[in-house]
Amino acid sequence: MSLLDEVRLVAGKDLRIEARSRVTLQQIVPFGLIVLVLFAFALDPDRGVLKRVAPGLFWITVLLAALLAVSRSYTIEADNGARDGLRLSGLDGPALFLGKAAAIAVQLLALEVVLAICVVVLYGIELNSLFPLVLATLAATVGVSATGTLYGVLAAGLRVRETLVPVLLLPVVAPVLLGATRAWEAAIDGVPSDAWPWVGLLGVFAVLFTAIGMLAFGSLLEEA
Amino acid sequence: MRLLKPRVAMAVGVLSLASLVTLVILGLFVAPPDAVQSDAQRLMYLHVPVAWVAYLAFGVTALASALWLWPRTRSMVWDRLAGSSAELGVIFTALTLVDGSLWGKPVWGVWWAWDARLVTTAVLFFLYLGYLALRRIPSSVDARAKRCAIAALVAFADVPIVHFSVDLWRTLHQDGSVFNEELDAHIHGVMAFTLWFGVLAFTLLYVYLLDRRYRLAALDEEREEREVALAIAERVAPQAPPVPTPAPPVEMGTPR
Amino acid sequence: MPTVVRLRSAVCLLDRFPALAGVDLDVEDGEIVLLSGANGAGKTTLLRLLAGLIPLYSGDAAVLGCDLSRDRRGARRGLALVGHETFCYDDLTVRENLRFAARAAGRGPGAADAALKRVGLDAVGDVVHRRLSAGQRRRLALAVAWSRDPRLLLLDEPHAGLDSEGRALLDEIVRAAPGEGRTVLIASHELDRIRSLAHREVVLTAGQATLPALVPVPAPAPEKADVAP
Repeated sequence: MSLLDEVRLVAGKDLRIEARSRVTLQQIVPFGLIVLVLFAFALDPDRGVLKRVAPGLFWITVLLAALLAVSRSYTIEADNGARDGLRLSGLDGPALFLGKAAAIAVQLLALEVVLAICVVVLYGIELNSLFPLVLATLAATVGVSATGTLYGVLAAGLRVRETLVPVLLLPVVAPVLLGATRAWEAAIDGVPSDAWPWVGLLGVFAVLFTAIGMLAFGSLLEEA
Repeated sequence: MRLLKPRVAMAVGVLSLASLVTLVILGLFVAPPDAVQSDAQRLMYLHVPVAWVAYLAFGVTALASALWLWPRTRSMVWDRLAGSSAELGVIFTALTLVDGSLWGKPVWGVWWAWDARLVTTAVLFFLYLGYLALRRIPSSVDARAKRCAIAALVAFADVPIVHFSVDLWRTLHQDGSVFNEELDAHIHGVMAFTLWFGVLAFTLLYVYLLDRRYRLAALDEEREEREVALAIAERVAPQAPPVPTPAPPVEMGTPR
Repeated sequence: MPTVVRLRSAVCLLDRFPALAGVDLDVEDGEIVLLSGANGAGKTTLLRLLAGLIPLYSGDAAVLGCDLSRDRRGARRGLALVGHETFCYDDLTVRENLRFAARAAGRGPGAADAALKRVGLDAVGDVVHRRLSAGQRRRLALAVAWSRDPRLLLLDEPHAGLDSEGRALLDEIVRAAPGEGRTVLIASHELDRIRSLAHREVVLTAGQATLPALVPVPAPAPEKADVAP
């Protein structure tokens, strides 16, 4: 089987499980929405403040939801010896990595669409300059999904997985938060062309961590 | 078992102690106070060397991790080195953040500023914490070494990105340049000498502590290997014969 | 005949405990070997070692020509393990799980359906894995292994939980294996049943392998002497 076929197989498996169990739809998306609302409780609902910081709040919410998505991605591998099954399956490390990361990315993108609509409604911003906005979002999502999948497998067999992954993941994806937020700010409120350096940074991050993940996943899975 | 021969380690230890004492004298008494910042600036003689060691330790951890991961050079030496250096690194990073803050308050009026260097150091601190959390999880030596090595290298790849991104952010906003200027104060003469001397002194201290921590890690591993060998021997040896108890008197049926 | 399994003084650690403390083992192509021994003797560990799932601490181990100390993953495409777990996903149906396993092994959905039929699970093909009984899970695990068309079949207490029909099915699969070019290694407590299937037996005691000692036939009970007062 080609790499692409294997990736489709693994991603398809994860997405089919999500379609069946609906955890992202029924738990992670509501979580994101609740966090967005909570921000309004925490910050002055005076529309000025929320509107100004809306991109930052959006991306923090996405990051927190990503923690849940990564955790879920590996929880499904914890039962019935599924990790052993993946090891024995003969599927290659890179394919397994790309498949799981792709499934997480698809779910995060769906979440982001919902959250974006909510941010427009709740915080009163307008999504101008869609082109850099969408590119930045895609690059950021790929970067977060790749890094999350990598740390997820690193912690996969450990009992402390759920508290360990956030500690490991969040410092590393700080540049993604920075870049995505600045890109959104430039696209929405500022000079759209200012977004491009950030899109570039996000793209480099995404490519780098996807490459690292492909190299390291198989080896880390063996120890899980 | 050791990074340095015992005599060399002792010499390094003595030298580092002596140079640290000398540094205190130089920094507090010999070097002149700064024109702008007066005595507060003397913290630079602590801050810069400590920050240097924090990043040096990080570099050592990353390099050692890479050497462990590379199959040709794989050896527990590198894993022990990476772990020991990380423990020192986190301490020095914390020191950097604290004394940087102590220096910043009298000079800038704030405990903290969001410029590239400070933010990167803060992120470095968290990356270290994550690495050390990984090291503490009980596992087989090989599994732990692999996880930590990969985590260290990912962190190493990340730090320049963090620095670059915060830098880009600050230049685009043209904020914070005044902070950088203060830190880049041009120094010369006695002050420059004291600064470089400080770097040397703290590097010696780092090397000495690294050797000691490394030895501790090696002894730890040796103890574990002995325990495993003992466990294998016990499992293999046939059951020891039970302590003979006096045989109960046999009732002989009286023959008819 | 090529040697499918070759172990010399193999030592395996589970959390620093030497689960295998020096095992010597040779298995030839087409053999059916019974692995017996008390609980805790190391049978499961041995099978997992052969599957490359746990690292070799010391000694030599070669499976299907692959040196396990250098490459744990190499032999995996040629073998299949039926362990205590099914390696499946609770939210997917039996058929979906099998199709995933078969496709991962490079075989088409036809192989999955054939395996389903072979183990008699086609009636529950569309039942979600979570709902399966223990016996059905056993059969599913067997189907997953069989759909990979393995050269080496590693079975860990495969009869546990199966009804009599399932047991007969399993025996049939094992018996047919050498003819299909497969080698089988079974760890089990069902000694009587499998001794009739197996070519030979290896006993594991405290992490080491021995050939079984001859079990002496118990002497007939002495007749009670009439004690005449």
